[in-house]
Amino acid sequence: MANKRHPMLVRLWRDPVWRAVLFQVLLILAVVAMVAWVVNNTLSNLEHRGISTGFDFLSQSAGFGIIQTLVEYDESHTFGRTFLVGLLNTLLVSFLGVIFATILGFLIGVARLSSNWLLSKMASIYIEVFRNIPLLLQIFFWYFAVLGILPNPRQSISLFDSIFINVRGISLPWPELNAGMVTVAWVFMACLAAVLVLRFFMRSWLLKAQHQENKGQMVLYIKAAMASSVVLIPLVTSFLVDAQLRWEIPELKGFNFSGGLVLIPELAALWFALSIYTAAFIAEVVRSGIESVSKGQKEAAAALGLKPRRVLSLVVIPQAMRVIIPPLTNQYLNLIKNSSLATAIGYPDLVSVFAGTTLNQTGQAVEVIAMTMAVYLTISLTVSVLMNLYNRWASLVER
Amino acid sequence: MKSTMMEEKMIPAREPPVNSRGVLGWMREKLFATPSQSLITLTLIYGLYLILPPLWQWAVMDATWTGESRSACNVDGACWAFVTARLDQFIYGFYPESEIWRVNLFFVQLVLILGWLMIPAIPGKKLALGLGLLVLPVTSWLVLSGGYFGLPEVETHKWGGLMVTLVLALYGMLASLPVGVLLALGRRSSMPVIRTFCTAYIELWRGVPLITVLFMASVMLPLFVPEEIVFDKLVRALIGIVMFQSAYMAEVVRGGLQAIPKGQVEACQSLGMGYWQSMLLVVLPQALRLVIPGIVNTFIALFKDTSLVLVIGLFDLLSIVQAALNDPEWLGSAVEGYLFAGFVFWLFCFGISKYSQRLEKN
Amino acid sequence: MDKMVREVKDPASPVIRLNGVNKWYDNFHVLRDINLDVVRGEKIVICGPSGSGKSTLIRCINALEEHQEGQIIVDGTELTRDLKNIEKVRREVGMVFQQFNLFPHLTVLENCTLAPLWVRKTAKKAAEKTAMEYLERVRIPDQADKYPGQLSGGQQQRVAIARSLCMNPEIMLFDEPTSALDPEMIKEVLDVMIELANEGMTMLCVTHEMGFAKTVADRMIFMDQGQIVEEATPEVFFNNPKSERSRAFLGQILNH
Repeated sequence: MANKRHPMLVRLWRDPVWRAVLFQVLLILAVVAMVAWVVNNTLSNLEHRGISTGFDFLSQSAGFGIIQTLVEYDESHTFGRTFLVGLLNTLLVSFLGVIFATILGFLIGVARLSSNWLLSKMASIYIEVFRNIPLLLQIFFWYFAVLGILPNPRQSISLFDSIFINVRGISLPWPELNAGMVTVAWVFMACLAAVLVLRFFMRSWLLKAQHQENKGQMVLYIKAAMASSVVLIPLVTSFLVDAQLRWEIPELKGFNFSGGLVLIPELAALWFALSIYTAAFIAEVVRSGIESVSKGQKEAAAALGLKPRRVLSLVVIPQAMRVIIPPLTNQYLNLIKNSSLATAIGYPDLVSVFAGTTLNQTGQAVEVIAMTMAVYLTISLTVSVLMNLYNRWASLVER
Repeated sequence: MKSTMMEEKMIPAREPPVNSRGVLGWMREKLFATPSQSLITLTLIYGLYLILPPLWQWAVMDATWTGESRSACNVDGACWAFVTARLDQFIYGFYPESEIWRVNLFFVQLVLILGWLMIPAIPGKKLALGLGLLVLPVTSWLVLSGGYFGLPEVETHKWGGLMVTLVLALYGMLASLPVGVLLALGRRSSMPVIRTFCTAYIELWRGVPLITVLFMASVMLPLFVPEEIVFDKLVRALIGIVMFQSAYMAEVVRGGLQAIPKGQVEACQSLGMGYWQSMLLVVLPQALRLVIPGIVNTFIALFKDTSLVLVIGLFDLLSIVQAALNDPEWLGSAVEGYLFAGFVFWLFCFGISKYSQRLEKN
Repeated sequence: MDKMVREVKDPASPVIRLNGVNKWYDNFHVLRDINLDVVRGEKIVICGPSGSGKSTLIRCINALEEHQEGQIIVDGTELTRDLKNIEKVRREVGMVFQQFNLFPHLTVLENCTLAPLWVRKTAKKAAEKTAMEYLERVRIPDQADKYPGQLSGGQQQRVAIARSLCMNPEIMLFDEPTSALDPEMIKEVLDVMIELANEGMTMLCVTHEMGFAKTVADRMIFMDQGQIVEEATPEVFFNNPKSERSRAFLGQILNH
């Protein structure tokens, strides 16, 4: 009744739906105005400084070298190519880091739960030390304090006369394959795949036949045949196609080693630091995952007569993995993002060669930083979409 | 079936057998339970025996504690002289020596407020929180930068060392908490535009490395504003840190908001409270209390992340140690320098996390 | 099938023998000089106030808890730290827990076939067939493909019983199987247990269900402060308890 007397505007103001619309329209206007202001400022600033805009620079010649490239690259290649080189280097160190950090993290997480007091204490010291010190400091420590004081190539530390460690990096022997050897490698992988597929389809038959008296022997023969075919077929092939494998051993030539695979110290330091740092977090993830499986589950499995190893593999780990996988993926994403600290020691990752050198040479900060951020954002969003799918699947399976 | 009666013959409790009691029982249980456990224990003890005594010899017994250059140090021991000689610089950066009392005043303010907040026996937590959140940032900034009340101005490029680390962490935290709360509320808002905007903001910053955000703040921010406005380098770094950290803070706070049952808001509505009243008076106080551990973790991450300002040319604790290592007088002191900086960072981060764990238990 | 072979063993010899068993949690003396013989096919109900050590006692029988003094011999095998012996005993002894402890990541059927497949190395088809038989006996064959989280408490506990039975155990241990259940579900679980008792299974039950005890128990054991205070037939125990403590306990539990 009373409402009728109020003017239209007051009525609208008091209506929550209209008020919400008003707020949102105002927000959109504010954001648009802000963006327009920023774009305007940026354009005029760039003009003042004489910096061009647009993505033309990607096809210009870069004119600088990069110390580690996974694809062909030299100074004459374009900035577009440096982007690719940097991206691949980022992916390389992330990949290596994820593998090492996972292994180390799981070992330490399990050690942390060990009934052995000393082992558990040492695991917890590892965790508390490495996760409470900035990653950048750890990278510096490995790069400058550990790898930086290694001897020069002539005084290299040599392991078995084939691995050489010096201030320029770690030189490792690397296999050199001829065409025949490549064929053999393919044959080997094909055999392995075939046997695995075969075993998968025969597993229930094998399990059943194992316990039948007349077939037990046969099962053994079949298994032996499968295992040996993986070895024998490639071996026979290698005689047929003249396969040769030569290990290329690093050799001291002048002031440096040549040949073999060289792990540059920047990569080694970054790899160690990222893995060791992330492993501390993964260990905590693993510990809380395993602890989330109730004691009753382990007791019920043990009471059924399962061996401790089986209790772990059939009951504890499958349940713990549900809890572990989402935060573990998060740690992987952190590792990928943290690999950008490469720029502080000059490992040529995406941020270092693109958001660093390329930006300095072209001055096109907006484009370069937007592209760099887009790469990381794409990786993060892709992974989180996959993670949402996984979570939905996992919750479907249990309920 | 026979029935036995043991009425008056209750068996009294005994001590456990010797081999499962006291130190011996503990060792049998925790160190030598099975042969493989014993093997692990012995291997670890041997490993510690190989590492610890030489380390002690290097770090303490053979160490040199004072001196003017690397040449004053014992070659076989740690050269802590590097740290003691440069300690002032590591703490105060290039702050003018005559004005250092101002930095100390900042430290004292910080310790007093934190002590007040952290020691349960002292009353008046709300007052302390108010002082810490509202007064301390203002007074600290005035004292440190000066230019008022006859205090000579000290430009931020002269700030450095531990002091910059603490300034970045403190202001980064104080600003990212309210921004994070707003973003979290926005992400749970019923208005689609606001929700989309907040979600996009949060996911954007959480999806990229801090280093790119710092690059952006340092290189692009000056481009975004009219040329007349010049941002201080420290302020630019702070803007970057706050943009980045508030996204993480928002996700922590959102976790807390989700844990508050819907009935709480409904109860507020039935009492006639509006949105902001019910959020500020009822929901947020509960939600924030729930996520204190998450907030502390974010703060620890922020504290460690301040070391990244090195890449845009600011001198925090790590970068000032890094710079000092290039001094020809002290070449080769990297291990000592990093151990010192690492220890200081570790002390802060470990201390905060231990304190928050204790808080959680109570 | 397997059962027939086992019947041949001497029915009068004790299948479980506890001889002067003592156990401590740190310095807390939780089991004090326990002596107990259980013969094949006997049904024993253990009761007593909480903290009296009754759960600990039956958990010692399949080595979920370690005892520090005395002997525990189950079906001719003495329990020591030797893992082989422990596994051997656990294969023959089934256990049902208060909290069911079904494996949430496996279906009901998979819960039942897990141990037969991996411990007894039964072929999958045979294991599933046995599992279905037992699920029918506990009256939930139609839930075989569901996950434990989708079942009610009573159904879960019946699955837990079926899961233990799938291993063809000689002895069944029940650790307060109905304490975590809503009142309306207690009966469906007790019915299954009574049926099992009628088939001649050796059973040790820790329970406060006195109606169940009166129906099936051959012997009542009353524990307090870690020791066996009274052993008697149900008639004697319920009508004319000897000790002051059991009288007080019964007074509390029956008036409740």
